[in-house]
Amino acid sequence: MGRRVLVTGLGTFWGGKVAQALEREPDVEVIVGLDREEPTIELERTEYVRSDENYSILARIVKATKVDTIVHTFMVVDSTSMSSRTMHEINVIGTMNLFAAASAPGSTVRNVVVKSSTLVYGSAGQDPTWFSEESARTSPANTPVERSLIAVEGYVRDFAEDNPHVNVTLLRFSNVLGPDIVTPASKALELPMVPSLFGFDPRLQFVHEDDVVRALMFVLDNEVPGIFNVAGDGLLPWSEVAKICGKRTIPLPPFGMSIATAPLRRIGVEMPPELLSLLKYGRGVDNRRFKRAGFRYQHTTAGTVKAFVEALRLRQTVGDKPAYRYERDVEQFFRHSPAVVRDVDA
Amino acid sequence: MPPTERKTTKTRSRALVPVPRTAEPEALPDPRESDVDEWGRSEHMREIARRMFDPMYRRWFRAEWEGLEKIPTDGGALLVSNHAAAIPSDAPVIMHGIETELGRPVYGLAEYIFRELPVVGTMWSRVGGVTAQPDNAYRLLREQKQLVLVFPEGTKGTSKSYNERYHLRRFGRGGFVEIAMRAGVPIVPIAVMGAEESMPILFKLPGLAKAIGAPYVPITANMVAFGPLLGSVLYFPAKFKLKVLDPITFDVAPNQPRYSRSKVMDESEAIREKIQEALYEMLRERRSVWFG
Repeated sequence: MGRRVLVTGLGTFWGGKVAQALEREPDVEVIVGLDREEPTIELERTEYVRSDENYSILARIVKATKVDTIVHTFMVVDSTSMSSRTMHEINVIGTMNLFAAASAPGSTVRNVVVKSSTLVYGSAGQDPTWFSEESARTSPANTPVERSLIAVEGYVRDFAEDNPHVNVTLLRFSNVLGPDIVTPASKALELPMVPSLFGFDPRLQFVHEDDVVRALMFVLDNEVPGIFNVAGDGLLPWSEVAKICGKRTIPLPPFGMSIATAPLRRIGVEMPPELLSLLKYGRGVDNRRFKRAGFRYQHTTAGTVKAFVEALRLRQTVGDKPAYRYERDVEQFFRHSPAVVRDVDA
Repeated sequence: MPPTERKTTKTRSRALVPVPRTAEPEALPDPRESDVDEWGRSEHMREIARRMFDPMYRRWFRAEWEGLEKIPTDGGALLVSNHAAAIPSDAPVIMHGIETELGRPVYGLAEYIFRELPVVGTMWSRVGGVTAQPDNAYRLLREQKQLVLVFPEGTKGTSKSYNERYHLRRFGRGGFVEIAMRAGVPIVPIAVMGAEESMPILFKLPGLAKAIGAPYVPITANMVAFGPLLGSVLYFPAKFKLKVLDPITFDVAPNQPRYSRSKVMDESEAIREKIQEALYEMLRERRSVWFG
C-alpha cells in the first residue's frame, strides 16, 4: 500500500505546492487536502475537503482515510493577512485538534511534518548572529504571530514526546521569497523604493520558495525526525537586498513607527511589528543541521533575492498568470465519474 | 497526465537503503553586491576607517607596541585588555594596530546596547563590532579562527572616574575564559596605557543616565577643556603604550558543555592580575602622560 498523506492548508501557497509535488510521487496513493478555502492551484488527484479553521472534523477524516502522514502547512506567519483571533484559531487551535486526532487510539499516523517559522526566535539587540535549533530567544515574544507559533511548537514537542513511534519533523523556515509567494517582505521589496529604518542596516536571511517545497518533500521522503532551520546560506544587509533588487531604500524614522508606516498601509503595504523589528536587528539562523541531514539547497540568500527580482521583473512585464478557479463539480467529475478512463495503476 | 509520462522515478528511501552521500555540491551562485560579512564587518568600510583613524593613531596617540609578535599570525585567539575612557579609545587603537601591523582582521566584542542605537550601531558593526554573545565568540574563534578582542570589565571599566584610573575592575564572571576554553584558543592579554587619560571622567549624571537608558552619562575633562560639543568626541593626545603579555593556553579539552567554575574564576583572576601588574610596571616607567 502506498503512502496516504493528509495536507492541511491546501488552499494556502505551501499546501497547494506540496500537494502538487506529492501528486508526482508514484508511491503516494492518497492525498487528502484540508482547508477552509478552495485550492488556488490546479490539482490532479488530491481530494479536497472543506473544514472550518480549527479542524473540528479532523478526527473523523484521519479515522476514515487512515492516513499515515500528515503535512501540517496551515500555519499563518503573515500577521497582516488576517485578524490575530483568526490566526490563533488556525495556528494554535488547529494544531491542537490536529494532534488530538493524530494521537487518538488506533491512529494510523506515523509521520508528521510541521511547517514553522524562524519567527519563533524573535529579533532583538541581544540576539546571537546565528540561532541554532537549540538557541533560546533573548526577548519575550510580544507579537501575536510569534506567541501562536511558540504555542504550536509546544504542542509539537508534546506530541513527539507522547508518541515516540511517530516521526515528527519541525521545519523552521526563514523569510521566504520567490516568484509566487506574497509576504510583507516581498511587498516591501516590490515598492518603487524599499522602506528601511533610519540608521539601521540589519542582516537578513532568505530562503527560496522552491527550496521550501524541496525541504518539505525531502523530509517526507527521508524521514528525518527533529527540528531543523531552513534558510539560505549567508546574511545580507537590507540595503544590499534593495540593491540586488535595483532599488534604493527610503528610511523611515526608527521610533514612533506606527505613524511612519501609516502612509504605507494606505497603499496596501502593511509593516507588521515582526517585520519592523527584523528591519532593526535582522536575524540569522544556522542551517547546517539540515544540510548534515542531507538536504542540498539550490539558492543562497543572495541567489534567492536575485531569483525573486528576476521573477518580479517578468511579472511586471507580462502580467500575472491566469488565476485558477476550483470548480467542485468539474473536479469531482474528473476524480470520480465512471466516464473518465483512469489508469493510475498502469 | 497519464502515469507513464511521469518524469520523476524517485522512490522513497527506507532505512534499509542508506541515502547515498553525494560529493560536495558545487558552490551555489551567490550574487553579492557588497563585502559585508555575516558579522556585519565590511573590509571596505574598515579600510576607510583605518585611513581616517591612522593620523589619530600615529600622530595624536603615537601608539607604541611591545611584544606584538606574541599575537598569533594565524589561528583563533582571544585578546583581552583593560578598558578605559568615557568613549573607549583603546578598542580602535588595538584593532587598528593589529590590522595594520599584522594584516589580520580583529572583531571587537561589545555590549548589545550598541546594536540598538541607530547609525552608531550600524557603523560599529561595519568596522568589526560584534555583539558580545557566547555563540558569536565561539563561532568566530573556533570555526573561523579569527582574532577577537574583548574587554571583560565592560562598562564598569569605561565608567570609572579619573581618580580610579588604572584600577582594573572585576573581570565579569569569567565568561571570556570559558569561551576560550570551549573554543580551544589561547588568551592573549594586552595592557593598555594612555586610554585612561584620553577622555577622563570627572563625574557622572546617574539620574540622566537612568532617564535615557544609557549605562552612564559622563562629564569629561574634555568637555571642560574643549566645550560640550567638541569635548564629547575629541580625545586628549595622551601617549599610548600597549604591551602584549605572554599568551595563556588552558590544559582542558575544548567543546565541553561545562567547565569548572572555580578553575574559570581562578584563571580569570590570574589574567586580571597579570594585566594589572603589567600596568603598574608601565606606569612606574612613565614620565609624562603626554610623552610617555
